[in-house]
Amino acid sequence: MRGDRRSVLRAAGLVAGAGLLARGAVAAEPGHEPSVLSGEAMTLTIGRGHVVIDGRTARAVTINGGVPGPILRWREGQTVRLTVVNELDEETSLHWHGILLPFQMDGVPGVSFPGIAPRSRFTYEFRVGQAGTYWYHSHSGLQEVAGCYGAIVIDPAEASPPMREHVVVLSDHSFVNPAHILRALKVDPGYYNRQPQTLADLVAGRGQGLGDRLRWAHMRMDPTDIADVTGAVLRYLVNGKGAKQGWSGDVVPDEPVRLRFVNAAGMSFFNVRIPDLPMTVVAADGQDVRPVTVGEFQIGPGETYDAIVTPTGPRAWPIVAESMDRSGMALGWLAPLSNVASAPPLPVPPLRERPLLTMKDMGMDMPGMDMKGMKMRDHANAPQVKMGPGVEMINPMPMDRTGDPGIGLDGVGHRVLTYRDLVSRVPNPDLRAPERTIEVHLTGAMDRYMWSMDGMTMSEAHEPISLRTGERVRVTLINDTMMAHPIHLHGHLFELVTGHGDHSPRKHTVTVLPGGKVSFDTTAQPGDWVFHCHLFLHMAMGMMRVVKVRPA
Amino acid sequence: MIRVASATACAVLALACAPQIAVAQDEHAMHHGMVMDPAPAAPPAGPPPAENASAPDGTGDAGTGTGAGTDQAPGTAPPPAPVHDRAADRFWGADAMAHAEMTMMGGHSAPRYSAVRIDLAEIALSPQGDGYRWEGEAWTGDVDRLLLRTRGEGQTGGRLEQGEIEAGWSHALGPWWNLQAGVKQDIRPTPARTHAMIGFEGLAPYRFDVQALAYLSDKGQFTARFEGSLDQRITRRLVLQPRAELNFAGSDMPAERIGAGLWRAEMGLRLRYEIDRRFAPYVGYSWDWATGRTADYRRADGDRVANRAVVIGVRGWF
Repeated sequence: MRGDRRSVLRAAGLVAGAGLLARGAVAAEPGHEPSVLSGEAMTLTIGRGHVVIDGRTARAVTINGGVPGPILRWREGQTVRLTVVNELDEETSLHWHGILLPFQMDGVPGVSFPGIAPRSRFTYEFRVGQAGTYWYHSHSGLQEVAGCYGAIVIDPAEASPPMREHVVVLSDHSFVNPAHILRALKVDPGYYNRQPQTLADLVAGRGQGLGDRLRWAHMRMDPTDIADVTGAVLRYLVNGKGAKQGWSGDVVPDEPVRLRFVNAAGMSFFNVRIPDLPMTVVAADGQDVRPVTVGEFQIGPGETYDAIVTPTGPRAWPIVAESMDRSGMALGWLAPLSNVASAPPLPVPPLRERPLLTMKDMGMDMPGMDMKGMKMRDHANAPQVKMGPGVEMINPMPMDRTGDPGIGLDGVGHRVLTYRDLVSRVPNPDLRAPERTIEVHLTGAMDRYMWSMDGMTMSEAHEPISLRTGERVRVTLINDTMMAHPIHLHGHLFELVTGHGDHSPRKHTVTVLPGGKVSFDTTAQPGDWVFHCHLFLHMAMGMMRVVKVRPA
Repeated sequence: MIRVASATACAVLALACAPQIAVAQDEHAMHHGMVMDPAPAAPPAGPPPAENASAPDGTGDAGTGTGAGTDQAPGTAPPPAPVHDRAADRFWGADAMAHAEMTMMGGHSAPRYSAVRIDLAEIALSPQGDGYRWEGEAWTGDVDRLLLRTRGEGQTGGRLEQGEIEAGWSHALGPWWNLQAGVKQDIRPTPARTHAMIGFEGLAPYRFDVQALAYLSDKGQFTARFEGSLDQRITRRLVLQPRAELNFAGSDMPAERIGAGLWRAEMGLRLRYEIDRRFAPYVGYSWDWATGRTADYRRADGDRVANRAVVIGVRGWF
């Protein structure tokens, strides 16, 4: 799709210029439009199927035959009964990401329940006590990476003014089996990085100068290692459709529309923008925030953002979601409902240049400080970490990077959302000071493709994180790797410590930038929960812990 | 054994570092105190948690640091005793959960991967006669790997001049280095010896791939080999690889026609084109020299002391 702008425009023209025809054609592909399920009882069938991406068929693990699965539309206060039918020959599960529920309904095999055996069914039942945009996905093996996910929209108990809205599920999908991708990374960790720095760049004056290159090579670090799995093997999707298929959401010119963005990608962060159309972010991870208007935001796997936009004029607006390493983009459209023939598509901007990691991403960016004496792997900086082959570095000076817009989004010419911009619309429910701090180091070794917490994989670390029911704790995540990690805590919402006091933003998934640290406060909910990196291959490698909460 | 030892070492270290942990936490608290507005002193540690609740304000101008909620510094309450039971047992039964937990834990470890890697598979074109050469490795495992390595060379149409096969074990010592040990069997030259091998392999600073292996033969002969190479990307697909190999012998081995000390040095420069990272044809140039007593043996045998060749081959893995 890169460098193939004309065909994108043609596809766009097809959607916008002959929208009805295009929609008709899409509708002809069975199981492709995510349907909506609501009511008390819903049935979700997980099976082997296919997804057609830009004319090519890929194997998939589907829910009710589709990728993504149906949108689940609930109402705050209702009870839901979800029967999951497993038509696979392997165990499956569904986890309700961001939903507060009794732990035994959380859907993690081996932690919250035994899993759903092949050719059997399981019924989840719980009361919905929240509103907002969430999602659900398999928590078994690499089924999520293979397409087993869908969106959840919960309407608030009290009726709110109606507004046009669209769910925008961003995801990635491969024509290659995820297990093969994992093996390629184990054998050759840079296998999917097709944008390395080259001698030709150096001669042309692109990227790092010679001095920086030597310094990075000396540390055995690669500044282009932004994503493990890239556009070289992934296709980036909007609501299950490739860029050329061009998913399109109906809009009415000059009428606001709420876009419910979900990043359901197995391995990809996205930079989301609608060029020249300001986006007003009104909710993060399903929780209302004070409206903040930005030109772009970076969304990590597992996160959701609700943004209101007002497309003007009879034009088709592109929703551009670049992968963070700029190796590809998911592309969708907002196109006028009527008068489609006179709605010319706005141009799709080309992929921007692949960014480079900086010294800041190593935790080494203190102006006026001599970095020479700083050690990149000093155990004294993290005594709790078990040093070993899986720990490539210990962040020498973790920084609070919640005011940063994300990798590659400094100086892009418009405002980019940061975590510090998020302020809860309503006061936080628990305003107690945390009783103690739990530090968790995110550790890894890219050259061995090993990922862990505190230097130990989940199976190596037999110690869970133990909490008292109702206990208020501060968790500080320290990133000791060169990659960004979206960390998700099941069954809880937590308040980010970003200086917003009793209006701290509440999230269920938080990205810790390389070189950075993030703190959040949360109130322990009873039961067993998992806590992990939402890059699925990192989780599969062991960047995960069980959190066990018991009465004091 | 090593795992047990390192676990013990870790426990000892953890004990030794305990005061530092406390210091680190204090610093952490200080940091927050500095960043945020003047925070109320940390509430006294310990349960019941409700006592720590600050008055819910709700009217405060949020976002400007009200000193409430997350603006407060954390306390220093001790953690609870570690929990090891499974909460889900009482809902789904202990047997079902035990089984599921075992599966999940197994599923989240990285037990074994396998690959075959071909570093060199080439023909050498030289005025002194064409030859061939291979060097490759198969492995299975992860942090600990079983290795099977082979290398050899010979003259086209002639007999194999040098060939060996090696089986060993590779253990990751750190993020970049592996300790290796095993057994090597010579095929050529004859008399073919059997050697015990120990050495290191890994990624050195500046991203040099390095291998340093020492051998002791069944006749008590000590030899060593040092190999280093560097991948320099010229374009996305074009990679220039300088490579050097040094061979040492602990003593004169007249039967093998090898002299003591550095007996053979080799340098190569190969330019490969990665059609895929798994398959890359290359062209290059290779020099090698026999030195010292080995050179004398060669001259005496009527062989050449130095060779130069244009090489054409493929590199890859599968």
